[in-house]
Amino acid sequence: MSSARDTVLGRIRDALALAPAPAVVVPRAYRAGRTLPDDERLALFTDRLLDYKARVHPCTADRTAEVVGEALREHGARRIGVPPGLDARWLTGYDGEVREDHSDVSPAQLDSLDAVVTASAAGCAETGTIFLDGSPGQGRRALSLVPDLHVCVVDLSTVEAGVPEAVARLTPERPTTLISGPSATSDIELERVEGVHGPRTLVVVIRTDA
Amino acid sequence: MSTFLGMPSPPPRSPYGTGNLRGDRAFPRAAHDELGNDQLRRNLGRATGTIRAKRLNVTGELPDWEALRDAGSAIKTDTMNRLPELLEQLERKVTERGGTVHWARDAAEANAIVTRLVRATGSDEVIKVKSMATQEIGLNEHLESVGITPHETDLAELIVQLADDKPSHILVPAIHRNRDEIRQIFLDHIPGVDADLDNAPAHLAAAARGYLREKFLATKVAVSGANFGIAETGTLAVVESEGNGRMCLTLPDTLITVMGIEKVLPRYQDLEVFLQLLPRSSTGERMNPYTSLWTGVTPGDGPQDFHLVLLDNGRTAALADAIGRAALNCIRCSACLNVCPVYERTGGHAYGSTYPGPIGAVLTPQLAGMHAAKDDPNSSLPYASSLCGACFDACPVKIDIPSLLVELRHQHTEQTGVTPEKLAMKAAAAVMRRPGLYTAVQKASALGRVVAGRDGTISRLPPPLSGWSDSRDTAAPPRETFRSWFASDEGRAALRAAASEQSSDRPEGNGKQADRNSDHNEEDAT
Repeated sequence: MSSARDTVLGRIRDALALAPAPAVVVPRAYRAGRTLPDDERLALFTDRLLDYKARVHPCTADRTAEVVGEALREHGARRIGVPPGLDARWLTGYDGEVREDHSDVSPAQLDSLDAVVTASAAGCAETGTIFLDGSPGQGRRALSLVPDLHVCVVDLSTVEAGVPEAVARLTPERPTTLISGPSATSDIELERVEGVHGPRTLVVVIRTDA
Repeated sequence: MSTFLGMPSPPPRSPYGTGNLRGDRAFPRAAHDELGNDQLRRNLGRATGTIRAKRLNVTGELPDWEALRDAGSAIKTDTMNRLPELLEQLERKVTERGGTVHWARDAAEANAIVTRLVRATGSDEVIKVKSMATQEIGLNEHLESVGITPHETDLAELIVQLADDKPSHILVPAIHRNRDEIRQIFLDHIPGVDADLDNAPAHLAAAARGYLREKFLATKVAVSGANFGIAETGTLAVVESEGNGRMCLTLPDTLITVMGIEKVLPRYQDLEVFLQLLPRSSTGERMNPYTSLWTGVTPGDGPQDFHLVLLDNGRTAALADAIGRAALNCIRCSACLNVCPVYERTGGHAYGSTYPGPIGAVLTPQLAGMHAAKDDPNSSLPYASSLCGACFDACPVKIDIPSLLVELRHQHTEQTGVTPEKLAMKAAAAVMRRPGLYTAVQKASALGRVVAGRDGTISRLPPPLSGWSDSRDTAAPPRETFRSWFASDEGRAALRAAASEQSSDRPEGNGKQADRNSDHNEEDAT
């Protein structure tokens, strides 16, 4: 008896032989390789994030610590988690407890954190999307998921105009999470409710000169 | 085996009696009951109306929407043409990155593989990401039968599971339930839920969050589907909103992903097309809140034991149909359901399959067949449409669903052999060839008026015509045939009057025509 693998592949080849189809050239006439000036990208990105009910704080890089600290205080975060490799200077405006994450920290321990602060890999202005890829400063995927407040620092220089431009910045092999606002559901009468299992509050700190 | 013999043989459908690809009665009968449910129709009308407006907003704001649809359609067609090499490439890449790939010929085999993998972990429960493939193969029912408890974690799937109900929509499985019904389901089935829970969607979502939190943190095995699998890199994608997907894909030690073989995409770059098409068509958002992309196993991040189960279950049978295979291009956005006048009224349960609505009406018969049993309910699905074409317009990968429905109707008629309908047509042809007999029959048929109701319709015809009247009323035959009217004094007088009116009517007639056209366009746009 042949293996399931051989059987399925054999069936596919049979199907293609029974109904041969001409080769297809993919037309890629959609917009790609777009650029937008800084102020337009900032305005578009901010507009989209606000539409998703995310909190948005544009600032210059030298004010990062101040803005991050304020956001954490405003939401009453007394104990936060941070990924290895996060720029320590970003936390100098925060006086609560800071725990650096590592892979042995259990989900339950993550659940005891009030907030998490991370950097980001890229952004997409047109869809208000932030990309995390697990690089230093961004952490493993569980860290930015379990705590109820996510403060994410995004450098405007990494925010692309559209989806094709942003996807081109990604490294496929990295575990990548696309975040567009706080978690949400429309499962009840298609009425959107922000805040289900992922962080119910997303604060985006956009550094306009970084 | 067939690869060596050189003569291709048609691949088999999903085996009869397995999975959730067939209802227990034909669409018209099931729809008849659903249509009697006022609450269902109100819920559906409201929900589909909302989502249609949202979808039009976000697709309309992209100037290159049609170019994206063209690209999406061509990428999927190209994928189907090159399926063997792409699947082998996907398998190689996933394996290189520390994952294990399994192949399943059908639902039973996929269920057995998942069961074996769960048992190997020692766990007797799994958390699940909403997945059409696992719904299709009846994985939950199978796991329960062998003592493994599956916990659905998508809010709508949870509602369906708690109520021991069936999903009725691809994207929003509990679309047939309103907030009051959901509140009652939670009060009845969630242990320790706040008795004062009201019907506000935010509070209902919070109750689900509280209930599932502990399961996310403690369960060691997750089962998911996949929206896309990238052959070039071995990357898998799950697109979601609530974060339940991220929880399942990230926190457990073991992840088992069941993916239909048609979900593969050639290149990582192709995501730039589908990450625009899917969310805008599906939830009517510019982007869904969360998308997870993972490639095999990443040390120190997420499940360290990853399995990908590649599922056939009738997909190769669909692929062997030159026309029908386009249904495999579907990315499960559910836009066609939301614009369908039939779905909007009957809901998803009437289709009897995991895949309801227009795409379900073409996909289900191809995966599971239409002639597996006497009066196979699936043979009624290609007729569950008015062929209005709204689904084709809405489809992000341009599947010509109306043409597929017509093709399936053709196949059904061809395969059915001698039917009362065929006999009736034969008799009609014989009569029409003889003018004298034709006139006599027409006169006789006026007697049909005797059985018509006061509104001039016949609601139930005798067999073998009862099949026709089951789902529609039949107009009573006219008192007089056209030919006899034409030959009468009254007919001649009417013709003379019409001829004397001449061309003065024409501008008005054209105006009416133009009005009708503009109405039609407006309808298309809503």
